[in-house]
Amino acid sequence: MIRFTITHTTEYKYTSPASLSYNEARMVPRSFSTPLFNQNCLTHQVSTAPIWRDHSLRQDYFGNSVLYFTVREPHSEMGITISSEVKVTPSADNPQDRSSYENWALNSPSWEMVADRLKTDSSSELLAAREFTIDSPLASAFGGAYEYSARAFTPKRPILAATRDLMQQIFEEFEYKPGATSIYTSIGQVYATKSGVCQDFAHFMLACLRSRGLAARYMSGYIETLPRPGQEKLQGADASHAWVSVYVPEMGWVDFDPTNDLIPHVQHITLAWGRDFTDVTPLKGIFFGGGEHKLVVAVDVRRSQ
Amino acid sequence: MNSFFANYIKQATIYDELTLGGDQVQPHWRGLVDHLAMISDQDRHRIQHDIRQLLQENGVTYNIHGDMESKPRPWRLDAVPMIIGQNDWAEIEAGVAQRAHLLNLILADIYGEQKLIKKGLLPWGLVYSHSGFLRPIAGISYPHNLLTLYAADLGRGPDGRMWVLGDRTQAPSGTGYALENRMVTSRVMSHMFKEGRIRRLSNFFRHMRKTLYRMAQTRTDAAQVAILTPGPFNETYFEHAYLASYLGFLLVQGHDLTVRDGLVWLKTINGLQPVDVLLRRVDDAFCDPLELLDYSQLGISGLVEAVRRQNVFVANSLGSGVLENPGLMPFMPALANYFLGEDLILPSAATWWCGQPKELNYVLTHINKLIIKHISRTADTDTIFGHDLSRSQTEALRERIKSNPTHFVGQEQVSFSTVPSLVEDELEPRYTILRSFAVAKTSPDQPDSAAGGYEVMPGGLTRSSIKQGYFNVSAYAGGISRDTWVLSDETERHKTLWLHSEQLLNSIKQSLTVSSREAENLFWVGRYAERIEATARLLRTILDLYFHVLPAHDEAEILSFEKLLQALTHLTLTYPGFVGGPDIPADTTKEMLAQPEAELLSVMLDPDRVGSLVFNLQALTNAAYAVRNQWSVEVWPVIDTMGQRWFEMSKEQDEFSLQQIREQLNKLIMRLRSFSGYLNESMTRGFGWFFIDMGVRLERSQLLISLVRATFSAVSSEETEAALLEDLLTTTDNIITYRRRYRSYLHLQLVLEQILLDPDCPRSLIFQLERLQANLKELPRESVSYRLSREEQDILAAITALRVGDISELVARSAEDGAEASSDRPIQVRKQLDELLGVVSAKLSNISMIVSKYYFTHAEVHQPLINLPADIDQ
Repeated sequence: MIRFTITHTTEYKYTSPASLSYNEARMVPRSFSTPLFNQNCLTHQVSTAPIWRDHSLRQDYFGNSVLYFTVREPHSEMGITISSEVKVTPSADNPQDRSSYENWALNSPSWEMVADRLKTDSSSELLAAREFTIDSPLASAFGGAYEYSARAFTPKRPILAATRDLMQQIFEEFEYKPGATSIYTSIGQVYATKSGVCQDFAHFMLACLRSRGLAARYMSGYIETLPRPGQEKLQGADASHAWVSVYVPEMGWVDFDPTNDLIPHVQHITLAWGRDFTDVTPLKGIFFGGGEHKLVVAVDVRRSQ
Repeated sequence: MNSFFANYIKQATIYDELTLGGDQVQPHWRGLVDHLAMISDQDRHRIQHDIRQLLQENGVTYNIHGDMESKPRPWRLDAVPMIIGQNDWAEIEAGVAQRAHLLNLILADIYGEQKLIKKGLLPWGLVYSHSGFLRPIAGISYPHNLLTLYAADLGRGPDGRMWVLGDRTQAPSGTGYALENRMVTSRVMSHMFKEGRIRRLSNFFRHMRKTLYRMAQTRTDAAQVAILTPGPFNETYFEHAYLASYLGFLLVQGHDLTVRDGLVWLKTINGLQPVDVLLRRVDDAFCDPLELLDYSQLGISGLVEAVRRQNVFVANSLGSGVLENPGLMPFMPALANYFLGEDLILPSAATWWCGQPKELNYVLTHINKLIIKHISRTADTDTIFGHDLSRSQTEALRERIKSNPTHFVGQEQVSFSTVPSLVEDELEPRYTILRSFAVAKTSPDQPDSAAGGYEVMPGGLTRSSIKQGYFNVSAYAGGISRDTWVLSDETERHKTLWLHSEQLLNSIKQSLTVSSREAENLFWVGRYAERIEATARLLRTILDLYFHVLPAHDEAEILSFEKLLQALTHLTLTYPGFVGGPDIPADTTKEMLAQPEAELLSVMLDPDRVGSLVFNLQALTNAAYAVRNQWSVEVWPVIDTMGQRWFEMSKEQDEFSLQQIREQLNKLIMRLRSFSGYLNESMTRGFGWFFIDMGVRLERSQLLISLVRATFSAVSSEETEAALLEDLLTTTDNIITYRRRYRSYLHLQLVLEQILLDPDCPRSLIFQLERLQANLKELPRESVSYRLSREEQDILAAITALRVGDISELVARSAEDGAEASSDRPIQVRKQLDELLGVVSAKLSNISMIVSKYYFTHAEVHQPLINLPADIDQ
């Protein structure tokens, strides 16, 4: 079992004062289980500056915690800090261990069988997964997704083996290139340049999986980064992260991180999931006045013990 | 029957409403046919003429998107109505009410338990792939019907029954146009209505009003209902304004509202006031930039949260656009059975949703016989007629469908019935579609529940194609509308729209409030109207001199003429103009004064020049149109036609002589007079009126000051000043009073006394200031105090400064500061006059700024926060 203490600060600086702002934050970690681990959010604390005037906490359509708050006084800076404690407990062997995963993956149903059940089986569990098989604003079908995934999705291949191969293929063929893309970059463009950041890889992988008729969702959260040997870990050096999760009947949702070629186990902390980034944007807001603005994000993920 | 109808019957189609394919007129059409056949060609012309006239007077328009340049398109109404017999109507009425009821239940299920999807009665892909399914709305519960208003587009199918061609569920438009069509038709063919056999529409609107108030009253007794409009550029803005005044609701735009503490408030000149119900004419996704479309400027941030907390009710409920989905059609019979245990009364066109393998296959095979539609109604998804496609287009469409089958339906092409249209002197058959409306009723026992069922408007909006043999009937495609008569064997008593419920009394008082945006627009209506009048008057004086005085070559008069030209530049702020400037060579200005025609034309007719007459007319029209609901049917035509001729002239400037323009100036001044007559005689002295009048007084004061300073601050020769005095009196409409008082004795001191200081003269400066002072006193203030507010101090200071001014000192001359040395002919000025007017003018500017700051909305632009991709270091 691992305990994480996470501090996530987002700050907006405006060139002229904003008079009013309305915000929605999806920054409180979820509690849930997967075949590989259980995540439990033990505590969370939120503070904003200026102090909010009206707020509420609710669950959205996908079960994510959403904090609604408004700031009503004129302000040139708006900051929100969420501190949380999360417990992650592994419930299976480390999937990075090739041989144990291989064993497990090869026993999963073939991807065609999963796709077929998603179409025809109307048990409530499959019904809930179906929504993740269709296009979403940032991960919609495009020309190349089906062809690109053909190498991994050979006939009758077990779904977990095929998905891992797809992840590896993306990791090897795409270049991690911060700044090359924005949140509105289309996956077609990501595919054409074969470069981007975690969010782009996640969207691209979602499109590939969905083109095969599979249910795949976008995961928003953090990954624990370890300092180089002999170096102290820097405060705020972590960042928010994104990966995907694929649905396997009878088993549940299994995560894949194409940016790091990792199957998330005990180093990933999940904030929220949805069809793509648009459903889980960590902080969304509308502000009045304010002129130009820029954003500073600092994330710190630490093991408590 | 005479030849008028005989000809029509020959060319009528098989499914003609009049003949049903036979050679006899159907019984329910007989009354109208007999009448139209009996009257002469002239009478029929008169009917058509009267219709156009009435529509124009009432300013009924339909705006075309992306066409800001041209004027809104006049609404078109055919003299021949659609007539529906009693029995036929009974089925339509029951069918539309049933469908509204059923869709309401489906909607509640989609955003609630989703039982229909779980049971397989509704394919999940049909809902989840529809762009109108708004996930932030799911799970919200409501104490009322989700579908308050519903509209069905109906066409008579080959079997003689009415078929449903489409459903309008989020913000159905057309009720207001239907009402207006009835108002016009019942006036031009009043005798047809005398027997009372044509069913009235007012009961429908009573239900509409009652239902909306009742929704609000689950929250409060003092319910405030507002129509949320996207604004004057929306194609159906006329209807929003029309319904607001007919039903007595507020008319608001997104930026008039703000969400505080989860409640929706209207920004008014009395501060924030709560709004309980929004009848929206803004599409779903645009209603809240925070949770829905982040770039929308039409909505209210935080609205979804306010709805979630049940602090405001939105009709129709947000997300109801999910039902505008042709893919639902094939599932409706089974859903009617499931929810109501009934068969669907009205059939709909055979439709195949491509999200199912068999149906997909059928559509791909029969693609050239079908209409292909996207399940979501969006801008880039046109209806495609399969038989119009070439072979390669067909193949491309097949590929599009195959790559995203859940997004498409194929629909059988239904040919619908025709109705005669009166075109010139002949009748022609035109394809026709009826939009029928239903409104949720409240049940007396359970005012807050959905138990009341639906009331169907006995009538509707019937539209026909613009050309014979053409199917598209939409107003967008130039379609023509017609009144819809539902006949009844019994005569119907007239009922008023007035409500008599005690419970509604509380809401009445609040309706007097004026939103900040309305106040601002009214203020500018006042200012622009006054500015136009002053400019027109000065121009008229100038043109008169140009025609009659200039040819005489009298030097003094030429000089006074030039001074007036310069006054025109000052008054309209169209610098450098006749005044010149540091960057303009003196010769250029001199030449312009000698040959003023081009500059005069520009100041009158250049629409792009800020301050030109045409520019101001456009600004006046825009400001007045933005508060369309404030004007009565008598005054709107005055405003609407005020600029019309001028806009035409500005397009063809070369076609008009200055002489013709001089005539138009006269007409313009008369129209402005009748407008100000209306303001003073017919408009209630409420807050709205105070703001218009403040605009008028402020503007008239400033223009008067500007004119006096331009003409008399610098001293001219005696002859020139004598000429100027007369021009000044004429231009400011003071000449009659002055002549009666002083006969022909023209003297500066007396003139200034009258136009600046005489409190009894309604054109004097002091008169304007005192009116302004009275208006300022009426403005709502946060606290009552003996201390004067800033603007009250300013107006008092201005009035006092003017009153204590000694007129003989004001007209005293002195040499201009620092001018003696450099000039051989020293320039003499009236320093005290100029300074005093300068002080008054500065105070007035200040008042205008303060009023604007405290009472007007400063619609700040809002924007979404940027987001960077995850794991980017800044």
